[in-house]
Amino acid sequence: MIKVQAEDFDVGVELERLAAGDHQVGGIASFIGLVRDIAPPGSLGDSGAASSMTLEHYPGMTEKRLAEIEAEAQRRWPLSATLIIHRYGRLAPGDRIVLVATASSHREAALESCAFLIDWLKTEAPFWKLEDGPEGARWVEAKSSDDARKAAWKK
Amino acid sequence: MKLLYFAWLRQKIGKAEENLEVPPHVKEVGQLLDWLESLGPNYATALKERRAVKVAVNQDYVGLTHPVKAGDEVALFPPVTGG
Repeated sequence: MIKVQAEDFDVGVELERLAAGDHQVGGIASFIGLVRDIAPPGSLGDSGAASSMTLEHYPGMTEKRLAEIEAEAQRRWPLSATLIIHRYGRLAPGDRIVLVATASSHREAALESCAFLIDWLKTEAPFWKLEDGPEGARWVEAKSSDDARKAAWKK
Repeated sequence: MKLLYFAWLRQKIGKAEENLEVPPHVKEVGQLLDWLESLGPNYATALKERRAVKVAVNQDYVGLTHPVKAGDEVALFPPVTGG
């Protein structure tokens, strides 16, 4: 299941829903991505404002790409359920950005597919982060280490 | 052809989307980018660093030799940074 939304989500509620009623599920794996504070402590002066970010996305293609990534995970591992929730809009440090969760009979499939989904999502899903820093707004740059992690997942 | 621009490409070009009449000689993505660059200094600045420009046609990632035609939705954006 894919949800692309501005609203926050409740991790406990979502994880409970993931395997509700399916007693063949032996393990649920999850990853939660949070907004980190990029400004060094004290750099934003007396305003007390922490640096925030705005997440832009491509309505239509974002959902489509996430569904394709999810289908790829379901092709590679025996999974009874998968969930990706990704937010967009204005977010502050500590806010939840993304939840990835997978359920399977056994832990290996759940844990591996969860890591796979976040690695692929980071290089494939059309989102762009604009950070408010001490020196103004700047677009976060994609990292080659993210590409390397994605490439490390063999077919 | 519908053109969509995201992130700093949108900021440099100065608009989020537009509908353009593309000349008949433009048949592939690479040719489209070359033609867009010629439309003005804001386009030229945005498209100067081609490695930083990703392209999607009808919401699928494509390469420079992918065909484009009237009625397509073509999106240009930097490498993604979600998650």
